[in-house]
Amino acid sequence: MRLNDFFLITFLSVREQPLRSFLTALGIAVGISAVVLLTSLGEGLHRFVLSEFTQFGTNLIAINPGKKSTLGVSGAVISNVRPLSIDDADALSMLPGVIKSQPVIQGNAAVEAGKRQRRTTVFGVGSDTPEVWQLSVAAGHFLPNDPPRNARPYAVLGSRLRKELFKQEPFLGKRLRIGGEVYRVIGGMESKGQMLGFDLDDAVYLPIAKAMSMFNRESLMEIDLLYDKDHSAESITIAASKMLKKRHGSEDFTITTQEQMLETLGSVLNILTIAVGALGGISLVVGGVGIFTIMTIAVNERRAEIGLLCALGASRQLVRLLFLGEAITLSLLGGLAGLILGVGCALGLALLVPALPIHTSWGFVAAAELIAVLVGLGAGVLPANNAASLPPVEALRAE
Amino acid sequence: MIELLNIERVFLVGDEEVHALRQISFDVATGEYVAIMGSSGSGKSTLLNILGLLDRPDSGVYQLDSQRVSELDEDHLAEVRRHQIGFVFQFFHLIPRLTAFENVELPLTLAGVAPSLRKQKVTDALAAFGLRDRARHRPAQLSGGQRQRVAIARATIMEPKIILADEPTGNLDSSSGSEVINILEELNRLGITVIMVTHDHAIGARASRIIRMADGRIESDSRHR
Repeated sequence: MRLNDFFLITFLSVREQPLRSFLTALGIAVGISAVVLLTSLGEGLHRFVLSEFTQFGTNLIAINPGKKSTLGVSGAVISNVRPLSIDDADALSMLPGVIKSQPVIQGNAAVEAGKRQRRTTVFGVGSDTPEVWQLSVAAGHFLPNDPPRNARPYAVLGSRLRKELFKQEPFLGKRLRIGGEVYRVIGGMESKGQMLGFDLDDAVYLPIAKAMSMFNRESLMEIDLLYDKDHSAESITIAASKMLKKRHGSEDFTITTQEQMLETLGSVLNILTIAVGALGGISLVVGGVGIFTIMTIAVNERRAEIGLLCALGASRQLVRLLFLGEAITLSLLGGLAGLILGVGCALGLALLVPALPIHTSWGFVAAAELIAVLVGLGAGVLPANNAASLPPVEALRAE
Repeated sequence: MIELLNIERVFLVGDEEVHALRQISFDVATGEYVAIMGSSGSGKSTLLNILGLLDRPDSGVYQLDSQRVSELDEDHLAEVRRHQIGFVFQFFHLIPRLTAFENVELPLTLAGVAPSLRKQKVTDALAAFGLRDRARHRPAQLSGGQRQRVAIARATIMEPKIILADEPTGNLDSSSGSEVINILEELNRLGITVIMVTHDHAIGARASRIIRMADGRIESDSRHR
């Protein structure tokens, strides 16, 4: 039998009972549209979270004090963790491949300007912050490259904080009181937006040593290394680890590359996307049951036709394929309708609720369509086998 | 052309064995016109099904064109049916959603014949059976006689050597019935072997050979004309 005749005959059978075929395909359509819509939401969320984390750039390595994994005895042993220091940060900046080394501490303090006061996040950082964190300065300058232990009391304001304290008034050169000390405003940052609900603009940047003494800390919370894109994160990690081990005597720090972080995050988010997709998959299974039911009924109704096909010389294999083809046609049509429905809903939703992160991944769409066909195949196998194993004499008797 | 030797067919009805065919042996030569007659339950339909390779004998040998078809597997049987045998049924067995044209075309479609050749053959066949203006009609829009003519056109479209007809007039009025018999006799004159199961003595009497069956055995086998 020719392939196009095969498709024509299966299509004619499906078209013969339009309402029945429509309802059967609808089950699959609902399933597919649910999968497409839910994975679009999942994938949108995935991308949203990843972009939140990569807004600081991807060639960044963070070093935190303390070893992540536990080794040997613990408890009543005096901690030999040496804190990360500004000197460590300076030394790391000498490593080949490292462009900038950025010491960081973070805290919370009240900022007073004239009569206004606001509690805000305080970042104690070095002068290279705009480059390392991919921030840009809107007015004035960022913190100067003063000797760390002898820095001038300058402050740079995040855009939100600036608006809260100074409204539209000029702010460069104004004095601020932060944690009881006086600072002079020398710059204002561009808006960076939020990161997972944390407002990056509601912040003030101070010289690292000043912030350390304000919070009464002797060590850094983190050192961020910005490295050359030509170097791998791995080689930088190894070099930084070697240097710090030499300086500290043991591995009492943890190095996290952006890649590692994204990988962990990505795998979590992938599971989320797959989980919501599987939720839609349940309705797909229900659609499959619908096809199975209808095909079983169809085989019973068309027993005489099966007998006739045998008498006309159709092999059992061909009879099986014809019914299987019908089941797949139903699921394929349902799948296509579901695809249009699902993508349409996703686009509609994106238009109605622009804040919702929606991204239709064509990989998932293709997978959903493939699953639809597989569902049709799975649902059609048993009825098709029944049709093929019907003795022709028995089948012909049914009229 | 057809040689049957000691064909047996036993059905299980409940836990009772029913001998539908016992020790059936006969030959049919090419071009014969045979009527198989007998009361219902005599085994004539079972015999026709075995002749048409739709059923297998439990024992015995069936040779068609010197080929032992009783030993072929399903796929080969399908192939023999496709090319050598045409069926005509009491209830026509036309596919309701296909037009007369498509019903006649079906065996060619199943055999994978090219569409252009199919179109030509089916058009010719419909014209030959006086159905030219019925090509686009579905079976439900045709009279009984027309339906049976479509069925005969379908049975002959593959140019088989044998036509097996199971009560071809059983569902027709007498004028349509005799029209159908005329067609079958015309096909026989063209050299096709016709084997027909019938109740109707008048129709059976027109055949050149009558095989009478009773209780799964051949009661008599007579040639005349």
